[in-house]
Amino acid sequence: MQSLGIDVLFKGTNMIRLLKGLWVSVEISLISVAISIVLGLIVGVLMTAKNRIIRLFFRVYLEIVRIMPQMVLLFIVYFGTTRVFGMNISAELSAIIVFVFWGTAEMGDLVRGSIKSIPRIQYDSAYALGMDKFQVHFFIIFPQTIRRLIPLSINLVTRMVKTTSLVMMIGIVEVLKVAQQIIEANRKASPNAAFGIFAVVFLLYFLVCWPISRFAVKLEKRWA
Amino acid sequence: MKKNLLTKMGTLVISGALIASSLAGCGAKADSSDSASAETTITEEETATADAAEETSEATEDATEDTAKVYRTLDEIKESGTINIGVFSDKSPFGYVDENGEYAGYDVYFAEKIGEDLGVDINYVSTEAANRIEYLQTGKVDIILANFTVTEERAQEVDFALPYMNVALGVVSPSDKVVESLDDVTADDQIIVISGTTAETYLEKNYPDIKLQKYDAYAEAKTAFENGNGVAWANDNTEVIAFSLENEGYTVGIPSLGDADTIAPAVTKGNETLLTWLNDEIETIGNDNFFHKDYEATLLDTYGADYENTLVVEGGKAE
Repeated sequence: MQSLGIDVLFKGTNMIRLLKGLWVSVEISLISVAISIVLGLIVGVLMTAKNRIIRLFFRVYLEIVRIMPQMVLLFIVYFGTTRVFGMNISAELSAIIVFVFWGTAEMGDLVRGSIKSIPRIQYDSAYALGMDKFQVHFFIIFPQTIRRLIPLSINLVTRMVKTTSLVMMIGIVEVLKVAQQIIEANRKASPNAAFGIFAVVFLLYFLVCWPISRFAVKLEKRWA
Repeated sequence: MKKNLLTKMGTLVISGALIASSLAGCGAKADSSDSASAETTITEEETATADAAEETSEATEDATEDTAKVYRTLDEIKESGTINIGVFSDKSPFGYVDENGEYAGYDVYFAEKIGEDLGVDINYVSTEAANRIEYLQTGKVDIILANFTVTEERAQEVDFALPYMNVALGVVSPSDKVVESLDDVTADDQIIVISGTTAETYLEKNYPDIKLQKYDAYAEAKTAFENGNGVAWANDNTEVIAFSLENEGYTVGIPSLGDADTIAPAVTKGNETLLTWLNDEIETIGNDNFFHKDYEATLLDTYGADYENTLVVEGGKAE
């Protein structure tokens, strides 16, 4: 394994730094994911509202999120707020705000899609059984929506975990940045370290994302 | 910087609430035709949250105070006891993080001296080439020491102090046929450059007769040069010097070519007190050859002793 440069990871505190970097990524993404899911459920329901103005508003919100690269959003929240309002938001909080802003919109759209995909007959049958509006939504539509949501939202969650690598642009040192630092610091001693270290980073991301998708499969089976 | 998880979570819940409330506020705004009243609702909600959270209220205070001046003066930095210095964390040997997680390199060696002479602790901020100006303009760092080349465009955005290093172009060629002057290059010879670099622009402008072989990436240019596709390779002098030292049989015939640029610390535009202090500092420490010591401690391994005087600028006096 000498030629792959994995030995570089065992020099000094390199491995611990890499794991700390991973924790930074995981912390930011998990907090953002948790908030996004809660807000996304609310936004998703609002997206199906009858009121056209509310629908238009969330449509515009969703389009903004889709068009704007996350990097631009990070710069706007971290540097822009200081420039325009003189507020100093910490880099970690800026990252979480951006990821929540993004995650909520996409999660909302997934929720909207899932609700819309429930066939009309489900409503009609439930009403025919004499249920009131609350009962129909809470006992009939909601559980079916959640089940459809799981695979869709897992895609979003793993995407969010991976996109945290962008936060290095606002000075947060996360796992990928630590990897680059290690590679560069050892450029002369082991020029091929890039391959080995990126392979380890790949493995670390996998170790984070895999349990999430396993968990999702379990949930799907239990609720099926 | 490091807050404990609970405070973080607290802030998050509050920020979540803020987002939710502003969303609700915006929803209301869209509903009512009177937008002014909707805005008042938002402010009211924000004030209500601010009562609950100290941090939010601090942010609002900052907003009213710091609109005019984003930077911190010398006295403010000394008073706070910490200076924020933006450095590269992955550009060895100028600014990098060593295996023990400590910042090191030519820029960092100087930063340490600044911290010592100011009598303050240093908070290193890891910057990228693309966000260095942004960091200064928002006052999120006090000084940028990240291999920052002085250019006219940048000087309009930030204030540069006196330089502490030279950068220029260099030309490397095989040791058995060293190119020592570009006038020796005949019409049949080709020089290798990387597209988009200053070397390409400079040669096209000043030596239009020389044929260039252009490559997109460093690795391609390197392979082509090693295979003898060109008589010489022109690039930043730090790059070609490092190449000649790492690879046997190559000599840098022209170590410094074209417009010599300099590398200097930068501060937020208008931060006179810090700029003056930095300039004085660079002149003072130049008296006991600080940057030569810096070179010997950090760059000697990569560039060797021969280029010390080519690269180092002492006491802010560039030739």
